[in-house]
Amino acid sequence: MTVSTNPTVGQEMEHPSAPLLRMERIPHVWCPSCGIGTVVKCYATALERSGVDLDKVSVVSGIGCSGRVAGYLKLDGFHTTHGRAIPFATGLKLGRPELLVTVISGDGDLVGIGGNHFIHAARRNLDLLVILINNFIYGMTGGQNAPTTPLGAKSSTMPFGNFETPFNLPHLAASSGASYVARWTCLHIRRLTWSIEEAIGKRGFRFIEAVAPCPTLYARLNKLGSGLDAMRFYHDTAEIRNGADTREVDVSFQSPIICGKFVDEERPTFLDLMHDHYSNRLGDGYVPMPPEGGMLHER
Amino acid sequence: MKADPAGVLTGSHYLDGDFACGEGAMAAGCRFVAGYPITPSTEVVERISRRFPTLGGTFIQMEDELASMAAVVGAAWTGSKTMTVTSGPGFSLMMENIGLAAMMETPCVVVNVQRGGPSTGLPTMVGQGDVMQARWGSHGDYEVIALSPQSPQEAFDLTIDAFNLAEIYRVPVMFLMDECVGHMTEKVVIPEAEAIEIEPRRLTEKSPESFDPYQVEEGQLPEFARAGDGYRFHTTGLTHDEHGYPEMSVECQEVNVSRLVGKIRDNADSIVRFEEEGVEDADVVVVSYGITARVARLAVEEARSQGLKVGFLRLVVIWPFPEKRIRELAGSVGAFVVPEINYGQIALEVERAAAGQAVTWPVHHAGGAVHSPDAITEIIIKAAV
Ligand SMILES: Cc1ncc(C[n+]2csc(CCOP(=O)(O)OP(=O)(O)O)c2C)c(N)n1
Ligand code: SF4
Ligand SMILES: [Mg+2]
Repeated sequence: MTVSTNPTVGQEMEHPSAPLLRMERIPHVWCPSCGIGTVVKCYATALERSGVDLDKVSVVSGIGCSGRVAGYLKLDGFHTTHGRAIPFATGLKLGRPELLVTVISGDGDLVGIGGNHFIHAARRNLDLLVILINNFIYGMTGGQNAPTTPLGAKSSTMPFGNFETPFNLPHLAASSGASYVARWTCLHIRRLTWSIEEAIGKRGFRFIEAVAPCPTLYARLNKLGSGLDAMRFYHDTAEIRNGADTREVDVSFQSPIICGKFVDEERPTFLDLMHDHYSNRLGDGYVPMPPEGGMLHER
Repeated sequence: MKADPAGVLTGSHYLDGDFACGEGAMAAGCRFVAGYPITPSTEVVERISRRFPTLGGTFIQMEDELASMAAVVGAAWTGSKTMTVTSGPGFSLMMENIGLAAMMETPCVVVNVQRGGPSTGLPTMVGQGDVMQARWGSHGDYEVIALSPQSPQEAFDLTIDAFNLAEIYRVPVMFLMDECVGHMTEKVVIPEAEAIEIEPRRLTEKSPESFDPYQVEEGQLPEFARAGDGYRFHTTGLTHDEHGYPEMSVECQEVNVSRLVGKIRDNADSIVRFEEEGVEDADVVVVSYGITARVARLAVEEARSQGLKVGFLRLVVIWPFPEKRIRELAGSVGAFVVPEINYGQIALEVERAAAGQAVTWPVHHAGGAVHSPDAITEIIIKAAV
């Protein structure tokens, strides 16, 4: 087992989230001071604090640097195809409704190639917790433009600066029907952790955007300095505005990032609506899928 | 294991092939279906969406076929038997996640009610042009199983077989119907549940501590754990080791691909299925499948009435292809005649398997209708000379 070094010289201690991590997979693939690891830590801590049965938790990722998250968590983990984490997770949730299914993936993955699934899952209010790691760029493939790249920011395919209007992600989620919407940066680890924990305890389509530094590509291409500089930037400029109108939380190049919980509104989920509808229409004839899944099996 | 009576509509029915396929899926224990509407396959999910709420099954109409296929792979990891249904353009969209199913070794069934292509082609009219795509459509090297029914009765029976084969080999199974079989209505006899053999999902008996999702001990297949049972396993579409962890190496790639391919190729003799008749002393053997097999049979009868010695071989399982049998026959017959509603797909397989010992005559049809039996008879006569 890999261990991290305790600041107390000569003593070694286990990583506090070790029971939830695949320690045999460390060192991980991420660059030094990349923000993805911070999100993993926040998620692991939130899960532990929430007290949910970890055997019933599935994590699904798509493809990208952020897509590697599922591979480091000691949970049922699925590293799927680019853009398809949400529909894959939909199958898991509907196939075994008692599962707590989390999607953790990148901005390009979830709202670029996978954008259609994102809006439809939100519209259906499917019982999924979606954590989107937004580094404003396609990291894994070398820094190409993303649907989140701010106007004017450089990427490898917009070498003269991006001229496409990016998505305002909280607004996209909220207007598509998400029942919980929040945004934090990797500096806000306590608030991000708390938000994830809160969202774990809720139902329906829950969306949390985690703004993360990508020092290797986004920061380098835009001369923004190190991961630490990104933290300093978040510290000096980020604004917490809980309950803000999501129309007003769009991100411009190096503009203050507005954080907070923007939407928290319980409404019937896809499964609630399906059960109610069939119960009304079919009465005793309705046989819902059992929580443990509708399968025929033999051990 | 016997079928669950709840899903089995025992009795004699008058059903079209699409409905019969849906009934076959429910009888086989399928309880999760995701799909996106497309002619001429939609009736399969219309049937299922009406019956599922009474059977503990869930149907979801996804936003597209990419999502449908991904959902079916995800749901299969809960231990459920899962299926998606589509036609031409939708089949193309499913390809990436069919590859994911193959790579993760996920049992599932993909129904393609073939219509005329390419592109939007002939939405309401028949084709058989997706045969090679069913085998090779996703990138990289892998093997699948494909079946092709010739009637609504077979649409029912073979759908059950498709689910069973998916379980036995942990592969996505392609169910290649065609518009004619899908929309043709005939008598379909659905047996009692006890008479239907079902291959259950076999879950590992190992403890979570001793389980690895891709460790192969006996035979060519790893054991299966489903999500939510405490195994906390990992799986990926990347080349992976026995723990299901990514490993980017030539050696690991060799282990992965050789097993994905080998588990089908090495068992081809038990998977291959065809019907033949009158081939032993034939000069010409007609090879066909799906709706075209029914038309070809008329041509065979006509040619025989003209005194020709014509045999007939119908593929029930298309992939893996019965190449051994074709090679054997090629030693004794002069020619093969292969009618199919495309410009030569199985004909090329027959030619390859015959390995120069017998001539192969394709009978092309671009789609939109079945062959005229006369067009086939004409080629049989030419081939017999
Ligand atoms: C179908 C498909 N198209 C393209 C790719 C190449 N690809 C891999 S990761 C990626 C972008 C990922 O971006 P994002 O989701 O933002 O993740 P990040 O690496 O930034 O964390 C792309 C385009 C792929 N794997 N599959
Ligand atoms: S390229 Fe960027 S996003 Fe990817 S691991 Fe490195 S820092 Fe993180
Ligand atoms: Mg990104």
